[in-house]
Amino acid sequence: MLKGRHIIEPGDLTVGEIDEICSLAEQIIVDPVSFQDVCRGKILATLFFEPSTRTRLSFEAAMLRLGGSVEGFADASYSSTTKGETLADTIRTVSSYVDVIAMRNPKEGSALLASQFSACPVINAGDGGHYHPTQTLTDILTIRQLRGGLENHTIAFCGDLKFGRTVHSLTKAMSRYKGNKFIFISPKELQVPDYITKNILDPAGIPYTTAERLEDEIGNCDILYMTRVQKERFFNEQDYIRLKDSYILDNSKMSLAQKDMIVLHPLPRVNEIAPEVDNDPRAAYFKQVKYGMFARMALIAKITGSL
Amino acid sequence: MLNVTEIKNGLVIDHIHAGCGWKVFQWLGLDKAKFSCALIMNVESKKTGRKDIIKIDNIINIDYSVLGYLDPNISVNVIQDSKIVKKIKMTLPDKIESVIHCKNPRCITTTEHYVPQEFRLVDRAKAQYRCIYCDSLYTAGNLGEPLELQTQV
Repeated sequence: MLKGRHIIEPGDLTVGEIDEICSLAEQIIVDPVSFQDVCRGKILATLFFEPSTRTRLSFEAAMLRLGGSVEGFADASYSSTTKGETLADTIRTVSSYVDVIAMRNPKEGSALLASQFSACPVINAGDGGHYHPTQTLTDILTIRQLRGGLENHTIAFCGDLKFGRTVHSLTKAMSRYKGNKFIFISPKELQVPDYITKNILDPAGIPYTTAERLEDEIGNCDILYMTRVQKERFFNEQDYIRLKDSYILDNSKMSLAQKDMIVLHPLPRVNEIAPEVDNDPRAAYFKQVKYGMFARMALIAKITGSL
Repeated sequence: MLNVTEIKNGLVIDHIHAGCGWKVFQWLGLDKAKFSCALIMNVESKKTGRKDIIKIDNIINIDYSVLGYLDPNISVNVIQDSKIVKKIKMTLPDKIESVIHCKNPRCITTTEHYVPQEFRLVDRAKAQYRCIYCDSLYTAGNLGEPLELQTQV
């Protein structure tokens, strides 16, 4: 039962509930007109204490496409926190006006705190570098749509795997499905943390390999999940110079990949995927954006009890 | 050997990690107590070499779960009519509230101070606790100072 639930981290949703949300999202994709009034009369508050154009607009578009209304703010400077109001008081107030809140806040744990004071469900739209459950739902829906299911995949993650929360959340989520394998491609300074490999993958006997160069592994995966590597994350300049080009996906690297492989990216990208790749049919990151809106439509419809 | 007068009705907090007795003494508010208390430091111990002991000439209420978090090796003897009537061994509590503060500067509790700081036991063998808000990990048995802080991003 998803009605009335707070969604703070991807682990709040069982495999069955993720399936339920994705199945509804897939029905909406096929026949959006049938769902255009399911949230009529309901209001979503988008409380964005830090700017995030993509996620905020995705939530707002999702609610508007369900026939509901939206209100909120796109920056902390428009909220009463600038007058010294506590987050608890902001949430108590807003939750007495609306049916569901989507909140982004730079502080880790802010969404959990908000849920403790809210009279309506809270969806975490990102709490610092911590959790972003609707990004994980987006990624899962995209894989289901483009790869026909969530089992028996080889998923390669490339880039900053140490600080990339989307990588950690998706690894955890995909490790719950049968037959999946992982390839982690990163400089050694930015390897996936032990709590993912030693605490989650090893005990479950899930196979994974690590690599330093994308060229060496791109042919071995059917899903490539790209993230950005920032220069300042490297400990020494020489490693940066040696490896920086390895983490830029271009047509020459795409020529080494499988014909039905898909490329995902949580966006925004900077230069880790060359624009020339955008025209490759395997580039799925803009489809992923659209699936994100459908995933949020399904989630909002479920937790507001509209369906 | 230093002799401290025996107590008739009170508590003996034994096996405190050597050198940490003063912190437990302060945490229990004994530095402001109106009854007799003794803090004995660096006592010889067969088990640990050295230990601290606190003797309290009164039966006071102690939150044993917090004491267990601060130092799980501690034992408390309850004395009545000069006899030990109860021996309480500390264990790691499943959760602690408002005992330590999360040190992660990105944690919401660093700006929203009205929230009780709550930590849950995640690994008994490693004595690891997790901040329920930001998931930062802390190791117990350190008398309130984080020995280890690993932020799971």
